[in-house]
Amino acid sequence: METYGLHQYPGRLFVVEGVDGSGKSTQIALLRQWLISEGYTVFFSEWNSSPLVKKTTSKGKRKQLLTPTTFSLIHATDFADRTERDIIPPLKAGAIVLADRYIYTAFARDVARNVDRRWVRELYQFAVKPTVAFYYRVPLEVSLSRILTGRTELKYYEAGMDLGLSNDPQESFKLFQQLIVHEYESMIDEFGLTAMDATLPIPEQQRRMRKIIRPYLQGIRRKRTSAQESAWAGMAREMRPSQIDIRRSSSGSAR
Amino acid sequence: MTKLAFYGIDAIHLREAEELLPGRLIVIEGTDGVGRSTQLGILRPWLESGGYAVVDTEMTRSVLAGAGLKRAKEGHTLGPITLNLFYVTDFVDRFESQILPALRAGFIVLTDRYIYSLMARAIVRGADPRWIRSIYGLALKPDAIFYLKVSVDDLIPRVLQRGGFDYWESGMDMRLGADLFESFVNYQTRLLELFDALTEEYHFQVIDASLPTEQIAEQLKQRIVPLLPQG
Repeated sequence: METYGLHQYPGRLFVVEGVDGSGKSTQIALLRQWLISEGYTVFFSEWNSSPLVKKTTSKGKRKQLLTPTTFSLIHATDFADRTERDIIPPLKAGAIVLADRYIYTAFARDVARNVDRRWVRELYQFAVKPTVAFYYRVPLEVSLSRILTGRTELKYYEAGMDLGLSNDPQESFKLFQQLIVHEYESMIDEFGLTAMDATLPIPEQQRRMRKIIRPYLQGIRRKRTSAQESAWAGMAREMRPSQIDIRRSSSGSAR
Repeated sequence: MTKLAFYGIDAIHLREAEELLPGRLIVIEGTDGVGRSTQLGILRPWLESGGYAVVDTEMTRSVLAGAGLKRAKEGHTLGPITLNLFYVTDFVDRFESQILPALRAGFIVLTDRYIYSLMARAIVRGADPRWIRSIYGLALKPDAIFYLKVSVDDLIPRVLQRGGFDYWESGMDMRLGADLFESFVNYQTRLLELFDALTEEYHFQVIDASLPTEQIAEQLKQRIVPLLPQG
């Protein structure tokens, strides 16, 4: 079994992380559009979306059967199915895989639920290490106001009601999010997350994201659309052997 | 009393919450078709007639994940890591919602397989042994682990008598042979080798499963009696 950091695939894996209301989904949607328009083959994968595991997760949530440990495990199972189906095969095929939330979401939430920090990291050892993991960093007041404004109801587990922090769902949600932010912050160094300022205007955030990603796109196969024919030819001329060597030695694969 | 001892990380933080577990945790291990459920069917009424309250549990019977796991196994998209983690989810749900409450309440918990079969199956399917051990490391060490040991040659007639070779019990998801029989032999041979390795590591009490049912039951009872709470 290949484990974190040891996978070597020709594709690239870019992931976005952050609390609800950080704007990360908006950013990855814009990135996806751009990559497609540039002719890349893009595969998009979302947190908690395995068709095999879906019914079990919703049963657990609906009937409130989940403890912190089984909450952690059912999400790991869901993620394993996505890894085996949606992430590894496209990466092997040389595609660009985009993931809205990744293992760091599990680390933040599960540890906030008091699951052992080391144990949950062991659990996800099978995950592919992303090429770049963006962390959309936002002050808690901002994300809370984005999420809570105009919302009538928070779900039980979403609000972290199972932690018993408060009987008021809104208050519980705030305290839970605070714990999650704390975990994210400590993971920036631990996993080399790329912290992004999520308070900037959306186009500026997107410009920065594309700038970071661009160097990793070298050597990735593109479909030649007529509009890009000339640009592609120009780029190919610019590629010198030395640059190709740099790509292979430093930024290659989805490590 | 079952001690609060773990193989790995106490991920559920039981040591913070518990002082002692007055029940007993007794595990019957062994490969598919070796006669575990027959023995449990004898032990349960024997213990109950002795006044001991018994809870039994077996794989894929969790309220949370049992049905989902069975459904996933019926399809054709289930990968090995997903299968392994589905089993972990099923195990931990039973561990937290059946086994632990029963141990707290002073029951004798008889479990038809425990983490050992699950680890062996995962390792045969290519899981990193260190990885799978650390995940199941949250399990309590049982008061006793009885391993019903059998050779593949002795296993084959039992399995045929019981209705033939099953897809999963033959490891057909890995296609270890041209047909069910060949795959069964290869799969079970690998599993039994892993059980041998686990026997030493986890201190299984080995019982010869080729003996007559009554003799096996007699041996189990003799070894269980000293474990039971007295008075």
